[in-house]
Amino acid sequence: MAEQALAKTAGADERLLKTPLIRRFMNRPELGAVAGVILVFLFFAVFAAGSGMFSARGIVGVLEVSAQLGILAIAVSLLMIGGEFDLSVGSMIGAAGVIIAIPASQWGWPIGFCIILAFAVAAGVGYLNGLIVFRTELPSFIVTLAGLFMLRGLTIGFTRLLTGRTQVSGLRDLAEGDWIAALFSGDVLSGFFAWMAEVGIIAQRADGAPSVAGLPIIVVWFLFIGAIATWVLLRTSFGNWIFAVGGDKVAARNVGVPVLRVKVILFICTAAAATLVATIQVLDAGSADTNRGVLKEFEAIIAAVIGGCLLTGGYGSAIGAMLGALIFGAVQQGIFFTGVNTDWFKVFLGGMLLIAVLFNSYIRKKVTESR
Amino acid sequence: MAETPLIDVQHMSKFFGSVVALKDITVTVNAGQVLCLLGDNGAGKSTLIKTLAGVHKPSEGTFTVEGQEVSFDSPRDALDHGIGTVYQDLAMVPLMSVTRNFFMGREPTKGRGLLQRMDIDAANRIAKEEMAKIGIDVRDPTQAVGTLSGGERQCVAIARAVYFGAKVLILDEPTSALGVKQASMVLRYIAQARARNLGVIFITHNVHHAYPVADKFTLLNRGRSLGTFMKDEVSREKVLEMMAGGKELDELSSELEEFARADTSVASGQSSTLEATAAAETALAESLKHESEKVHKNPD
Repeated sequence: MAEQALAKTAGADERLLKTPLIRRFMNRPELGAVAGVILVFLFFAVFAAGSGMFSARGIVGVLEVSAQLGILAIAVSLLMIGGEFDLSVGSMIGAAGVIIAIPASQWGWPIGFCIILAFAVAAGVGYLNGLIVFRTELPSFIVTLAGLFMLRGLTIGFTRLLTGRTQVSGLRDLAEGDWIAALFSGDVLSGFFAWMAEVGIIAQRADGAPSVAGLPIIVVWFLFIGAIATWVLLRTSFGNWIFAVGGDKVAARNVGVPVLRVKVILFICTAAAATLVATIQVLDAGSADTNRGVLKEFEAIIAAVIGGCLLTGGYGSAIGAMLGALIFGAVQQGIFFTGVNTDWFKVFLGGMLLIAVLFNSYIRKKVTESR
Repeated sequence: MAETPLIDVQHMSKFFGSVVALKDITVTVNAGQVLCLLGDNGAGKSTLIKTLAGVHKPSEGTFTVEGQEVSFDSPRDALDHGIGTVYQDLAMVPLMSVTRNFFMGREPTKGRGLLQRMDIDAANRIAKEEMAKIGIDVRDPTQAVGTLSGGERQCVAIARAVYFGAKVLILDEPTSALGVKQASMVLRYIAQARARNLGVIFITHNVHHAYPVADKFTLLNRGRSLGTFMKDEVSREKVLEMMAGGKELDELSSELEEFARADTSVASGQSSTLEATAAAETALAESLKHESEKVHKNPD
């Protein structure tokens, strides 16, 4: 073996060039998600053609729905690569919503301050999740499942205690003129959209306004967070640590990776992502509902898995999770536009999850096999 | 020996609650010396190396590194003092690339502040170079470690420890899971490390792997030291007898035959890059040959 290796060393580089591009692509975790996106869009291009799904309005709709899930899925995918689950993100959405809404509407606190408060609480929840998982060495699945119920229960309990109801509304006026709230609400590029309407790229309404006012801010956050997450994962030391703690916690610790710090930061990220989604939803709807975010934790995990994350950790990608969320958004909107009963959406979800998991375990085998 | 030992452990004990894992252990390793820790399962080998590697703190005794008394709080701390440990599980993540494993926890960075990032190109280049130095051709340093053979993985782990400034290498059963050829690849690398003036602590329960490369032996049994012997003071059979109480001699003879075969493959036509390495390798091959001849002359 060593003799052969020695003899070959000289020719190593020329053989490297022979690694086919397709083969390299085959070894990327996003492969399945890319194929899925192409398939889903082809499918609806045929069956939803002319239904308005591919108008500017339809596309922005798909992006908005994808972004809501995608922001969660990106954070969840990083956590899954780090070897943990967070089932409490859905409940965190509900909790963050009322943490913003109650002080602002009932006690007159500035809404910007309430948003910061919500992020602070999220950091606390994430820190606690990470610490409990690390110290007890229990599966994070169980720890955060407990978190799912406790957070939801606390949210409903306190909201009813303080307001007598489970919905808090009347926030729209309060957000006016608040510069922190402005970061999480409205549209961007409205000038560009108006120009596109003028030159006829997108449709105009009767009054001459473009059919879409602009790109919803949540889409901008989605792309921004996706870019940051991908960069961190692939190009920084911290990203290497995420792969390491998820791939083998003991190995990572033995070579000096701060395992506790990495996991706690990842849990804080998922809770913060939930809070970001909640903030944007609350400001958009002008109200908070204690039942917001139900089942979102599972949808986020599904999107991450479709994007190539292994359930066992150590492998996956943030771009994959974004594509997974895009598949979600496209199917959810596509079913709406084609007029198929939305009940079928759940069947699709389950089916996609199963296929993705099978596909991932196949890819994992390929990656660790001798080439 | 007047030189300061790289590692000097005097009368070290380690208790876990009421369990005595190690009692009154004394171990020294000099530069360019291979110490072999022998002992059956449960003898305390793992506890001893984990204590040296900073995973456990000794309950009693003194521990000096290059003449300076130390007390490690973490494995990282031990690394900073030049003690590189290669565990049995190798601390490798199979799904991560060779480069990412090589630099795990100690990534080279460029840029500063929020833009500080991994220097991927440099990392790939260094990983490839370091592996080439020990004769392993990594075609593509971004390939997953899971695609390497057991012996290659072991060598990646050792090369990593050496690259990160280990002056003392602690190798936990590096040859136990390997075939004969792969084991000799690792043994050769140990000889190479000695030639580069590193201290090596080599844990094994296979005397036939230990004897050709080791300079001295420390035998552990039930947490206590049975003594330290220089190679010229003790024969292979004597070491084995102390270790196993002469029980497993049947298995032994078949193992020796196996090793004699490996011997021929090691001795036959090796080319090497470093002169020192070549010298060390010849010494290794000779001692392997010498050993097996001795055994063939007087079979037990």
